[in-house]
Amino acid sequence: MKKALSLVLTAALAASFVMSASAAEVIKIGGIGPVTGPAGIYGSSVKNAMEIAVDEVNAMGGDIQFELQFEDDTHDAEVSVNAYNTLKDWGMQILGGTVTTNPCIAVGSEAVADNMFLLTPSASSQDVIDTGDNIFQVCFTDPNQGLASADYISSQNLGTKIGVIYNSGDAYSTGILNTFLAKADELGLDVLEPQAFTDDNSTDLTTQVQACKDGGADLIFLPIYYTPASQILKAASDMDYEVKFFGVDGMDGILDVEGFDTSLAEGVMLLTPFVATATDDATVAFVEAYKEKTDGQIPNQFAADGYDVVMALYKACTEAGITADMSASDVCDALKEVFTSDSFSVDGLTGSGMTWDASGAVSKAPHGMVIENGEYQPMD
Amino acid sequence: MQFLTYLVRGISLGSVYALIALGYTMVYGIARMLNFAHGDVIMVGGYVVFFAFCKSGINPLLSILIAMAACTLLGMTIEKVAYKPLRGTPSLAVLITAIGVSYFLQNGAMLLWKSDPKSFSSIVGISGLNLFDGRLQISAETIVTIITCIVIMIVLMWFVKKTKPGHAMQAVSEDRGAAQLMGINVNGIISLTFAIGSALAAIAGALLLSSYPTLMPTTGAMPGIKAFTAAVFGGIGSIPGAFLGGILLGVIENLSKAYISTQLSDAIVFLVLIIILLVKPTGLLGKKATVKV
Repeated sequence: MKKALSLVLTAALAASFVMSASAAEVIKIGGIGPVTGPAGIYGSSVKNAMEIAVDEVNAMGGDIQFELQFEDDTHDAEVSVNAYNTLKDWGMQILGGTVTTNPCIAVGSEAVADNMFLLTPSASSQDVIDTGDNIFQVCFTDPNQGLASADYISSQNLGTKIGVIYNSGDAYSTGILNTFLAKADELGLDVLEPQAFTDDNSTDLTTQVQACKDGGADLIFLPIYYTPASQILKAASDMDYEVKFFGVDGMDGILDVEGFDTSLAEGVMLLTPFVATATDDATVAFVEAYKEKTDGQIPNQFAADGYDVVMALYKACTEAGITADMSASDVCDALKEVFTSDSFSVDGLTGSGMTWDASGAVSKAPHGMVIENGEYQPMD
Repeated sequence: MQFLTYLVRGISLGSVYALIALGYTMVYGIARMLNFAHGDVIMVGGYVVFFAFCKSGINPLLSILIAMAACTLLGMTIEKVAYKPLRGTPSLAVLITAIGVSYFLQNGAMLLWKSDPKSFSSIVGISGLNLFDGRLQISAETIVTIITCIVIMIVLMWFVKKTKPGHAMQAVSEDRGAAQLMGINVNGIISLTFAIGSALAAIAGALLLSSYPTLMPTTGAMPGIKAFTAAVFGGIGSIPGAFLGGILLGVIENLSKAYISTQLSDAIVFLVLIIILLVKPTGLLGKKATVKV
């Protein structure tokens, strides 16, 4: 029995060698993200969009052909590292992930040790790119959103007194807040004492809104996700508080909360790299392809980030002359050089003229959006 | 006026805690167990009302009745399946099981209704009060929650003190073995306690979400813990204690948010709890248990 089993196993092993040899004409890209669980929407959006992009690349029929394998990490750092090892066993040469921040930091240190090129669509913390010089982001680094928001509010004169409500237990929110405050101070904006809450203490946010009202704020900056933001909008409306709201990319999704009265979000402004209702050709084509793949779902910003990951990799692989037989480490060295070179820039769905510096952070201009009649409209 | 506004908001939050705490204290008082799944029964009640009232447009009172029926059924099932087989085992076993049930309900809800948040529209149709030229607003939800809470508290006290099943509950709570010898159906009484507690959870769920509209599978967890704290604060097992503890907890939480720090409000709330328990270990209105040796 044991003999038979070992024979079968040996045969399987041999077969897998043959298979990996025969599939050597394609460059293997791995993806990791939460496809199930509470953050499941993020990973599945990225996965769908990356699949669309890979199909498009392969349909172009050029020298660069991609093969994608996407693993679920349920937004858990440990599961994510296991997924990374699974992908390495599969023969991954480039990692287009992971989708969420904490797993990305864990996987990042593995990728640094292996010298595996990592381009994350949406893990936006500064800690992600600080892990190593082979880690790059397509999304904004959190602190950059704070800078951009302060700049935008100041240059457009959106408010005279600015209230802030943030989640003190969340690295995303505090990261944006700190750079926002520093920049606002530099620009001479009048900012009230920031009001905090935590995930455990987010049942009642009315006191924080009341404090902004009592402080006389005419604009409230919300560097938070859309769920608590929806509560804040409701609280402000309940206390007849006429105030403008300014959010960051975490606000994206507020119109999709089931049962939420979207008229409350009327006039809410946010900085976001992607809107599905934009009318440029690339966005229209992508939204169409995404809808077809997912039975009519509208792609969110994560999907656009995922699409841009594949397209940026395609452009970089072409310029670096990557071939399928190169080792992951050689691919990494070549891609690092291309990504940080001055001439390399990508026009993606989430921004035109995206460039990267040596830290791995992306530079692109965010769009200012305002919600009108339940839809995003460009602000300028 | 500012102070009054914050005070009213505190009472509003506190009345929700009090309503949940009544369920905790009821079950603890009679069955001598901490039903940590209580907060999650509230969440289930919230979802039932959401689908009945917000989605299907059924009359709000009828929606609550449907939710009460559903939660009663759920509470009794939990008691039968998870807690009853453990009767007579050390209380630690039941406690851990209750935490397990809590996770089971949360994850079940995640599978059934997905984890993305839903926004609940208030079941209270009337408008609130505007006092002092609109400088002090009291929302209708707050008024309804406080009144409901007081009514439930009085009915529960009357039920326990004056009715036959109430007397049986008191007997079971005093001495389970002796109660059984006196011919009381102990299992029946404990089931009845869970039924009442869970029905209250449905009402609490509807009112919690009317004031604070985000509905997720984890919605009940934190208010549940806070309400448990409130019940301990007021003296667990004591019905007026749960009410007092809930209101006080809400007021302390909101005033410390308003005047001390939004970051430290939870720390302050629990610090007050620790001090109270050090000074008066049975809680504000708790009975001192005399143990004969």
